[in-house]
This record gives sequence, structure tokens and C-alpha cells, in this order.
Amino acid sequence: MVVSMDALRVEARYAPGDILQLWKRNMLAYRRQPDLLVFSTIQPVMFVLLFAYVFGGAIQTGPVDYIDFLLPGILAQSVLFGSTQTGVGLAVDVTSGMIDRYRTLPMARSAVVAGRILADTTRNVFVVGLMLGVGFLIGFRYHGTVAGAIAMPFVAVLFGQTFCWISAAIGTSVRRAETAQVASFVWLFPLVFVSSVFVPVETMPDWLKVVAENSPVTHTVNAMRGLALGTDFWEPLVWALAWMAGIMAVFVPLAVWRYRSIQ
Amino acid sequence: MADRSNGSAPIVVVRDVHKSFGDVQALAGVSLEIDTGTVLGLLGPNGAGKTTLVRVLTTLLDPDEGSATVAGFDVRRERTRVRPLIGLAGQSAAIDDTLTGRENLEMVANLYHMGRARAATRTGELLARFDLTDAADRAARTYSGGMRRRLDLAASLVADPEVLFLDEPTTGLDPQARLELWTVIRELVATGTTVLLTTQYLEEADQLADEIVVIDHGRIIAQGTAADLKARSGGEHLTVRVSDLAALDQVREVLEAEGEGPPTVDDATGTVSVAVSNGPARLAGVVRRLDEAEVAIADIGLRQPTLDEVFLSLTGHRAESEPAEAPTGAV
Repeated sequence: MVVSMDALRVEARYAPGDILQLWKRNMLAYRRQPDLLVFSTIQPVMFVLLFAYVFGGAIQTGPVDYIDFLLPGILAQSVLFGSTQTGVGLAVDVTSGMIDRYRTLPMARSAVVAGRILADTTRNVFVVGLMLGVGFLIGFRYHGTVAGAIAMPFVAVLFGQTFCWISAAIGTSVRRAETAQVASFVWLFPLVFVSSVFVPVETMPDWLKVVAENSPVTHTVNAMRGLALGTDFWEPLVWALAWMAGIMAVFVPLAVWRYRSIQ
Repeated sequence: MADRSNGSAPIVVVRDVHKSFGDVQALAGVSLEIDTGTVLGLLGPNGAGKTTLVRVLTTLLDPDEGSATVAGFDVRRERTRVRPLIGLAGQSAAIDDTLTGRENLEMVANLYHMGRARAATRTGELLARFDLTDAADRAARTYSGGMRRRLDLAASLVADPEVLFLDEPTTGLDPQARLELWTVIRELVATGTTVLLTTQYLEEADQLADEIVVIDHGRIIAQGTAADLKARSGGEHLTVRVSDLAALDQVREVLEAEGEGPPTVDDATGTVSVAVSNGPARLAGVVRRLDEAEVAIADIGLRQPTLDEVFLSLTGHRAESEPAEAPTGAV
């Protein structure tokens, strides 16, 4: 693909407006397909309730209530699982020929992927808010500063946004929506479970503990817990932000390149 | 390259374009021109390379070799100049099912950066023109196949393109919807839009195109008006229909002796057809011989060949089938 100055000028001039158009399109789709929204909210809420009541009694989290321990973790888990929808949505657009139409329009190239991710991030804001509400109802409480309480869900949304780019790279590389779904969960499940999302990593066997301690999920969840519980958060937060920056540095160009080379 | 431009310059120029996907050569050196305001029918079976050529011309695919320009702009190096000038209606209707017809068109208009007021006006015009006003505020997923194609076509016309690419616009439509779409395309052409239409349907090319390019295995194998192409397959055809299918073999033998080249036999309708020269004399001969053989003729006549027969004589296989074996006696 040849990138000309003309193309860059189109990008600079039209990207914000075009991203907004694509955001609007995807938000309308969410509103028109209540089943999509129901599943992307019911599942996380169900996870909160199941883990809080089924595993809550069995998992030892020291002086911290399990629900206080769980909620930051499950927020991270929800935005991660939700990020798979970016790839699924893009794969559907590839299959349906929608992407072909976009690519023949004089619009900003980046807008299709970026507009999709902006819509998925908007949905994540909604999901995270809803889960916090459910959490409060079943006993979750903040124990830290006000700033920490505000920052905690923000970190979750930022984390979800980061993984949307991985999902976008997958969605623009596969032929079918089902493949995009499977290709995401196959690595997301171990990534989420081998971390501090549901249990303290100290209980894991040594070799697994090494993996879990260095996982971007663990760093992010630990930072969120620190912010929510009023304990140390700086070190995991720096690690988490470094991971996110690293992932973005690789997957934003990769997703854009994959999008450009769809044939 | 035939030039029937009446003095107007070609708006699409394709020069020796090659494109391969792995081992498969989709385009093996295609050159053609489309004159402004005309309809070029690109005719060929599945896998002939029609869609690949459309994708090259609409900036979706880079050619391996060769070049192509639309309105003087190179489709590879000057994509951002080409895109505002073209419209594409692909094989699958590229519309968002969850949006309404109006929202689909408005989104496309906004992505052409037309401004809110003009986008709304243009959307209203197109909905009316394609008979979608009543359904405008319903989700596109409730639309029939014909309505979806009309909406897709409307979307490709939002910016009033100079060149419209229609990739198998009627594939999968029922005959009624196909006729409706043909009417729409004819109206478009009457307003001066240049159209490249790909089709597997010989009748469609015959109905809509000023000039037809026949493509097979990524190569152009014939080019001309429908009349030119028909003349090329040996002029007139003599066709005999029998009511007793048992007599088909006898008829075939007689036509083989009287005609030029192998006859085609259609079991379903009980007809046998063959290219002939000096038709009237052959007609008399065939009637006499069938009479001697005591074959009851249901119908007999001379006619111009169909494009299907043209394709058969050009390629050795019929247009509707995959390019494979069965060069003779393909029925």
C-alpha cells in the first residue's frame, strides 16, 4: 500500500468527524440490538454475584472482605471479555462487505477501527458503572481516597480500551466473526484466570505464580485494588500503564496495518 | 481496442493489469477502456476475474503489474482523488442491518463530508428515487432482497459518482426484483453516469451494456457490441423442438449433418440447436430430412444466437458453469 501525502491530509482533516460517525453507527447498533447489550451486561453482573456468593466463603483474602477484593478484579475481567466484541464487530463488517464500502469512500482510514473502539469503550463505561452499582448493593465499599475511588474504574476502562486494539488486529485478520470470538477467548481465559482477578496469587504453585505476578492483568487489578482499598497502588499502576503503553505501541499499528491490507 | 466514443475520451483506462492470489492468476493482463457516459458489461463465469478487476478499479486492491486510471487519476497512487469520483455496489449489499435505510444513506453522505443539510436532502432524494421512502425509517434488516439491493445502489450514488461500479448487481434476486433493478440502472445511464457492470447473466449484459467484454480465466477473450458477438458465433441458429423426446437423437444427427459445428441439445425443453450458414436453404433441408425420418416437429425456426451460445463458441464451455471440462455436448 502506498501512503501518500494526500492520504495523510485526508486523515488529519477528517479523522475526528469520521470517527464520530462510526461511533454513532455502532452506538445505534447497540441500542437497536437490546440482546447485545443485555448479554454484555448480564454476564458481568452474573459473574459478580456468582463469585461473591459461591466462591466468597472459600477464598481467603486476609483482612479484606472478598467483595472488596473481588470487584476491581471482576471489572478488569469484564472489560477484557468485552474487548472481544471489537474484533467480532470488525469481522462482521469485513464479511458483510461494509468494510469495502468504507474503503471506497473518501473518509479517514483510521475511523472504522477507532470509531468501533470508541463505541466499545463507551459501552465499557456503562458496564463498569452498572457493576459498581451492583457491587455497592451487595456490600462493596471504597476504603481509600476520593481520587482513588474515581481513578479505579477509569483504569479499568483504559485497560479495556487497550485490549480492544488486540481484538481489532484479530478481527481484521480472520475471515469470520465466530473465528474472531474463539481466537480471542482462547488466550483471554488463561490470561484472566492466571492473575490476581479472583484469588490472591500467593496460593498458586511457584511456576504459575511467576507468570501471574508479571501479568498485565495482575498489575492492573492490583493497582485498582490499591486505589479502591487505600493501600499501595503506585508500583502496580506504573507497571500497568507501562504494559498498556507497550500493548498499544504494538497493536495500534498492527490493527491499522491489518485493516489496510484487507483484500 | 474498439473506439466507439463518438469523440469522447475514455474515463476508465486499464493497461495490462495482472493480479495473482498465491498460485491463482485472477487477472492475466487485462486492458480495456470505458468511454464517458457508456455502460461496459464485463461478462464471465464465476472465478473469471470480474470482481478482482472491479476491486482494482475501486482502489480496494493493488494490481501486481499494469496500471489503471479513473478520470485520469491512478487507482494506486492517487486513491484519495479517485475515491470521491466513484461509487461501488458490490455483490453483497454493503448496508448496516441495524440502521434504518435513511440512517445508512446519511452515514455514507456524512462520510463523503457533504454537510448536514445537503446530506439530508440527498438522502431524501435517493430514498424517493429508489422507492424506499415508505420503508426509510425501518431497520434495513426488515427489507426484502430487492429493497436491500436498491438501498445499496442508492448508497453507491450518494455523491453522484462519475463512474459507477456494479458488481453482479442482480445475483440472487428473483426475476421481478431483477427487472426492477434493470429499470433503475437504465434510468441511471440515461442521466449520463458511466457504468461498469459485471454479470454472469448474458441477458443482463445484452439488456444493459453498450459494449460487452467477455472475460474468462483472467483474460479478455472477446469484445464488442452484443450484435458483434452474436455475429462472431456463426450468425444464425437453426432450432428444432420435438414433443417426443425419444426423437432427440435423430434430430441431433440431422442437425449435425446440416449445420456448422456441434449442435446443442436441451433435454428439458426438447430442443436441438445448431449454427448454420445460408439459413433458409438449410431450413428446407432439415424439414425434408426430418419428414423422411418421420419425426414430428413441434416447432422449427431460424434465430439470432443467444449470448450463451456465443460464450460456448468462444470458450468451449457454457457461461453459467464453472470453467472445467465438458467442452462439447455441454447441455
